[in-house]
Amino acid sequence: MDHLDQLESKSIYIIREAYYRFKDMAMLWSVGKDSTTLLWLCRKAFFGKIPFPIIHIDTGYKFPEMYAFRDRLAKEWGLNLIVGRNEEKIKEGMGPFKGSKLECCNELKTNALKQVIARYGLKAILLGIRRDEHGIRAKERYFSPRDTQFKWNYEDQPAEIWDQYKSKVEEEEHFRIHPLLHFTELDVWEYVRRENIPIVELYFTRDGKRFRSIGCVPCCSPIESNASTVDEIIEELKISKTPERAGRAQDKEDTYTMQKLRALGYM
Amino acid sequence: MTEDSLKFVIVGHVDHGKSTLIGRLLYDTNSLPQEKFEEIRATSEILGKEVEFAFLMDALKEERERGITIDTAQIFFRTPQRTYVIIDAPGHKEFIKNMITGASQAEAAILIVDAHEGVREQTRRHGYLLSMLGLGQICVVINKMDLVDNSQERFQDVKDDIVRFLESLGITPSFVIPISALRGDNVASPSPNLPWYSGPTVLEALATFEGLKIQERPLRFPVQDVYRVDGKEILVGRVESGEVKKGQGVMVAGQGRETRVISIEKFLVDAPQKAQCGESIGLCLLEQQGVRRGEVIASRPLPRATDTVRGSIFWMENLPYRKGEKVIFRCVTQEVKGEILEILKKYDPASMEEKEEDAREILPAEVAEVVIRLERPVLVDSFSFIPEMGRFVIEMGGIPVAGGIIPEI
Repeated sequence: MDHLDQLESKSIYIIREAYYRFKDMAMLWSVGKDSTTLLWLCRKAFFGKIPFPIIHIDTGYKFPEMYAFRDRLAKEWGLNLIVGRNEEKIKEGMGPFKGSKLECCNELKTNALKQVIARYGLKAILLGIRRDEHGIRAKERYFSPRDTQFKWNYEDQPAEIWDQYKSKVEEEEHFRIHPLLHFTELDVWEYVRRENIPIVELYFTRDGKRFRSIGCVPCCSPIESNASTVDEIIEELKISKTPERAGRAQDKEDTYTMQKLRALGYM
Repeated sequence: MTEDSLKFVIVGHVDHGKSTLIGRLLYDTNSLPQEKFEEIRATSEILGKEVEFAFLMDALKEERERGITIDTAQIFFRTPQRTYVIIDAPGHKEFIKNMITGASQAEAAILIVDAHEGVREQTRRHGYLLSMLGLGQICVVINKMDLVDNSQERFQDVKDDIVRFLESLGITPSFVIPISALRGDNVASPSPNLPWYSGPTVLEALATFEGLKIQERPLRFPVQDVYRVDGKEILVGRVESGEVKKGQGVMVAGQGRETRVISIEKFLVDAPQKAQCGESIGLCLLEQQGVRRGEVIASRPLPRATDTVRGSIFWMENLPYRKGEKVIFRCVTQEVKGEILEILKKYDPASMEEKEEDAREILPAEVAEVVIRLERPVLVDSFSFIPEMGRFVIEMGGIPVAGGIIPEI
């Protein structure tokens, strides 16, 4: 087995372990490259028939390309797609320019997710976060319990050894499951190339710019790049010294915004 | 081409320089993005400190303000030859479960010892845990040589101390290197400050370590779950040892009967002929009635079925265990209720104090030799024969509270 085989096998093991424990499970799909890779791994784990819903948290501010891509794959792959929106706040005009970005992310993403979890009684959610994305994410567990308030008790996380994870949650808790934690950004692209996983076109160059990390239109900046294929992206990443999330505005408000967001239940 | 990669953990006593060494490794291999460096510089300034490399891993606000590592973290760096994953592990005793969580994912370890302070409690505890986790590739670095005037004599004293201790645990370190992580001596390049040392640098030592090798062993395929896909029943799981071929005769070990593999299932792969150690796959057997999670599909010599496990355990959770309390024994996908019947002996690996025999309780961070009685038999191998089937986790209240190995069956 090569490096990518090992990463893949571990992810599949974790996905299957999560499904064994929690039948009330769903996967969170942001339509970005990581969660699309996770979606692909779920298809592999269940031989093409994913037995749980796929949730897209829609803030209303996503790129048009993302909606089109989402609907196309949902159809092609026969996904049970749930779109979660915090309609009340969207109607009130919540946005990144009104109040802080932390507040906007918290309402339109975190609270929208809370609503979906409550509505469907979910006990576990698969997320495509990776350790190398951010110092805070580097400290995550594969099976990460969250309480009613969605709080992440990062000072007292359960031990995880030899693929044995915390197995139970209290009545009001749920688990965040992170099967992609051990992939790096470069691993994801190399895996995308090998598996030929479809990826939304925003990642590829248009007029000398491309997105390296995608989310909501107002809070994402493209980078200077001429990479138009997966091969070219891989070559670019091998020499890049810029962090992946450099174009994501919500990380930048202050040093601990990501920690604050995650402690509040952000993805 | 995907590159070769190695995961290693850095362990050692509090303040012996784990985080500084990580910062140095990243800095000297040109793996530190400018923006990251700036963020660390700015936060250090706000907290009134010099540029603090420890903040690379200590990303939590609490960690930075208290100046300690609470949780384990992982960071990546690349040399022209390969990719490395550094696992940082906290040195404080109260965060021992985080240290074990980190170390259990490693293929090699760097044990760091302060040249000035020498071997301390957590040096011993961590050394002991490395031996229990079965980590054989260990590099000892004697750090802060700048604080002891680069003394070869002092290096030799500390080296003798740590090597003697590790050898008492059955570990022979592959390298013992004098370094100064702060100055960068012997980390990525040799140092004129330590002219009496001619061995490898830390990076050169790491380059000799290998990823876990797959050994030739009998098949162990613990069943993780059973899926029904398009009317076909598929046993899913991971090949933990050996390999499996289409058509091969295998044993359903728990039921003690023989059958045959009729197909191996992988998504989008047409009729795979075999699967090797480490692969997550699906299997269909000729006779698979009654096969559920926890069953082990195996080839001879078979794992042993037993309801009494004698093992060495390390307690991770911050609550003590009192004899008589119920536990769940977990080994691969097997989970069985039981209790610790006997605590034959136990001790704190950090101190060199006497062992207590026939104890009534196990305290946090202690290690013990125990006999576990289970409600029904489990299938196990000895740790040295098939590590995956010879190690286990003890769960209480849904949480892994201890890990253990089975030296012999």
